[in-house]
Amino acid sequence: MPQNVEKVLDHENLFREPEYKAMFDNKRSQFEFRVPAEELAKQIEYAKTWEYREKNFAREALTVNPAKACQPLGAVFAAVGFEKTLPFVHGSQGCVAYYRSHFSRHFKEPTSCVSSSMTEDAAVFGGLNNMIDGLANTYNLYKPEMIAVSTTCMAEVIGDDLDAFIKTSKQKGSIPAEFDVPFAHTPAFVGSHITGYDNALQGIIKYFWDGKAGQGTALTRIPNESINFIGGFDGFVCGNLPEIRRMLDLMGVEHTILCDPSDVWNTPTDGEFRMYDGGTTKAQVEAAINAKATISFQGYSTEKTMKLIKEHGHDTTSFHHPMGVTGTDAFLMKVSELTGKPIPKELELERGRLVDAIADSQAHLHGKKFALYGDPDLMLGMTAFLLELGAEPVHVLSTNGDKEWAEKVQVLLDASPFGKNCKAYPKADLWHMRSLLFTEKVDFLIGNTYGKYLERDCGTPLIRLGFPIFDRHHHHRFPIWGYQGALRVLTMLLDEYFEALDANTIGIGTTDYSYDIIR
Amino acid sequence: MSLTVEENKALIEEVLKAYPEKTAKKRAKHLGTFEDGKPDCGVKSNIKSLPGVMTIRGCAYAGSKGVVWGPIKDMIHISHGPVGCGQYSWASRRNYYIGETGIDTFGTMQFTSDFQEKDIVFGGDKKLEKIIDEIEVLFPLNKGITVQSECPIGLIGDDIEAVSKKKAKEYEGKTIVPVRCEGFRGVSQSLGHHIANDAVRDWVFDKVDPNKNVFESSPYDVAIIGDYNIGGDAWSSRILLEEMGLRVIAQWSGDGTIAELENTPKAKLNVLHCYRSMNYISRHMEEKYGTPWVEYNFFGPTMIEKSLREIASHFDDTIKANAEVVIAKYRKLIDETIAKYKPRLQGKKVMLFVGGLRPRHVIGAYEDLGMEVVGTGYEFGHNDDYQRTTHYVKDGTLIYDDVTGYEFEKFVEKVQPDLVGSGIKEKYVFQKMGVPFRQMHSWDYSGPYHGYDGFAIFARDMDMAINSPVWSLTKAPWKKAA
Repeated sequence: MPQNVEKVLDHENLFREPEYKAMFDNKRSQFEFRVPAEELAKQIEYAKTWEYREKNFAREALTVNPAKACQPLGAVFAAVGFEKTLPFVHGSQGCVAYYRSHFSRHFKEPTSCVSSSMTEDAAVFGGLNNMIDGLANTYNLYKPEMIAVSTTCMAEVIGDDLDAFIKTSKQKGSIPAEFDVPFAHTPAFVGSHITGYDNALQGIIKYFWDGKAGQGTALTRIPNESINFIGGFDGFVCGNLPEIRRMLDLMGVEHTILCDPSDVWNTPTDGEFRMYDGGTTKAQVEAAINAKATISFQGYSTEKTMKLIKEHGHDTTSFHHPMGVTGTDAFLMKVSELTGKPIPKELELERGRLVDAIADSQAHLHGKKFALYGDPDLMLGMTAFLLELGAEPVHVLSTNGDKEWAEKVQVLLDASPFGKNCKAYPKADLWHMRSLLFTEKVDFLIGNTYGKYLERDCGTPLIRLGFPIFDRHHHHRFPIWGYQGALRVLTMLLDEYFEALDANTIGIGTTDYSYDIIR
Repeated sequence: MSLTVEENKALIEEVLKAYPEKTAKKRAKHLGTFEDGKPDCGVKSNIKSLPGVMTIRGCAYAGSKGVVWGPIKDMIHISHGPVGCGQYSWASRRNYYIGETGIDTFGTMQFTSDFQEKDIVFGGDKKLEKIIDEIEVLFPLNKGITVQSECPIGLIGDDIEAVSKKKAKEYEGKTIVPVRCEGFRGVSQSLGHHIANDAVRDWVFDKVDPNKNVFESSPYDVAIIGDYNIGGDAWSSRILLEEMGLRVIAQWSGDGTIAELENTPKAKLNVLHCYRSMNYISRHMEEKYGTPWVEYNFFGPTMIEKSLREIASHFDDTIKANAEVVIAKYRKLIDETIAKYKPRLQGKKVMLFVGGLRPRHVIGAYEDLGMEVVGTGYEFGHNDDYQRTTHYVKDGTLIYDDVTGYEFEKFVEKVQPDLVGSGIKEKYVFQKMGVPFRQMHSWDYSGPYHGYDGFAIFARDMDMAINSPVWSLTKAPWKKAA
């Protein structure tokens, strides 16, 4: 009997005990009728070959282990970033259970969101009644100041009209006529979670700027000196947005962050559950029309939003997740250019310290080969940072990045001697990446939690950067943006490098001559 | 002590006040108190969730792909439709299995048809055909394919049955199972379980080749039904059945294979853990193959003992005697576990809200540790679940069916339990409130909780949740004094 009260055996050890091992062997040999060991071994090896890779890349219909989610997830992210706002997803209810779970597993925080719980009858007759009752229930029960509506694929396929449904709901008295219900259609079969973020954010801004869906008057822009900042869909939002605020405050720049979930996904444990906390206020959204300029940190995540804002006369700039020294330089110089405010000494000092850190450590990263995957903006930012460190971003892959994105990555690669023999892979998934890692080996992999399966299969150490990260805690609480954020990312890369080096030299009496105390 | 019947009634009335009248009236039917002697828990169940109330429920797809089919490890389960459903349910249920993932097993992978607008407009059948072809090229050792329908499939009129039949023929009788588990069907995960069970009946049982995967039967052959091997639950259960001399020929569906499914009708007895999700196929096997089934409960020593004896009663004296040997063998472990943890947990109050069998099945395990369950409810239970619950709960237990976020928060605020056991969506709400919490779907990434080996882990986990020093830190000392 393996279990022991004094030292309880958890799953990772319990099932290695001889009783269990014998049981597994027995199950396998008698009842599973698995493929013969020889055939299995053959396929394991075959799946590592160039020939398999070619077949793998010839895929046209099947997606295996994608690195993207669907639109409404991003819409919920966007809605959560506004003060006392409850996301309301019109369609099947299971979707909402999934979004809430997904975010809670990443942020280790509650995520409040409701569904209109459409079922078969709604599929036939439309979901109007679900909208009418749903808005009334949400309004009464959770006392939001705004309900931001988006859609699941079910509602999109049957063609429910959000604008009309919300207006009808108001006419029927489900919520007060003046209650704010911005909305966005977010079909899951178009784009990805970043598209949903974009649609929902655009929906909210449009609602407040362009006359509340015909129920108010459009705002007139009276330009002032402030600027707007939009972060885009970002798993590190709880660390990143406060860092952006800090930098802009240091510069003395009057600013508004449009969509800021960094408080509600970072509430204290002090005896009180805060369903709402922080977030951009409605007044801020309205006032934001007057800003002289709007900066997006993630252009692919905000295409439509930035288009709308530009149409309102703003000077708009879209970055692609700028990271590291030059990325942060470019951002700060843009802010300085837009506002006429100089970049202060404090930030110069931070920059210098980051450069100092890179200079201290560059020898360890120089020429190291990386594979990375994730959202298109993050990939551009991280690729640039790796090149800046003298590392080689050999495989840059994005499931929700398209051909045009790949060309942008290629421009970055072509501009650096470290980008030689590196390539971007648009609309590819992690099974493609598996073939890449087997056929063209790299030293490290950068990606989200799902990358651990690649680490296991290919032996490439994983550095966790992206969304979601389920299996490591609290990463999202720290910034990866700005000079401070770059310092953290640099440290992550180095930690993994040193861990790998130590692991590779730990053999007692065999390799431990290199098991150095000073690195 | 739990609240009295009257106090519960007042609490429910108070909570219902927040709702619009129409909604309050409907929700009232789902909230109640168990009273001794009553045949059920006095609540309505398996009814549509109300829009906008923040139900905790999922959908039929979650019930089929996420629960029933997903764990069958040597088949490839295609999440057919847009990318999200498969992404959010990817490897999150901790259905442990052994195999070479991506080569001969596929449990922790996400296969999706990643529907685009053109697939919605022109239909996805052609794409599905191509996907199956590509699977055969890249994953030739798979033993079968299931097509797990997401919402759009049923709405755009795709004929996945025709595609499955055609492709099965093309690939020489390969098992290809179309599952109509679109998320809008039914009122919760529950219909998805049923649809998935029916798909096994129609597309596996009815097509089995009797000359394939043959083994010699024994009089002691049983199948474990309704154990998803979360954190290894089915394994810490199987070991007990085998120690008492039974031969487990199949696991449904945790760490299960298609061969095990196909051979299950050869079992002499089906032992059923999660009644809710697999009673359908158990009843079918009873009707069609004459296989009897028995429910059991492997949470906590009291229920394990009872269940081992109950299962043994279906067999001869050797097995009955063996059951006693197994019970005696683990007595020391159990006595030590209880001696260690009961003094630390005695009298602690628990509120549960979970799915499947757990809102009742785990009560005995808590009671073995001297704890008291004062409130419980089912995410997607039916009336037969609430009837079965009467054997577990005490007079005055607060019952909440398909509880809403609002209700659960208010109930916990008022009842002030020492522990809440529910899911990931609820976990952080209650921890923020300073209430210890354990996820009782995923075992909070721990487990197994089934069997004797699992009970030691369960007891340790409940102790660490409740007696963590962190709960004394939630109030700043300068505020405590005030």
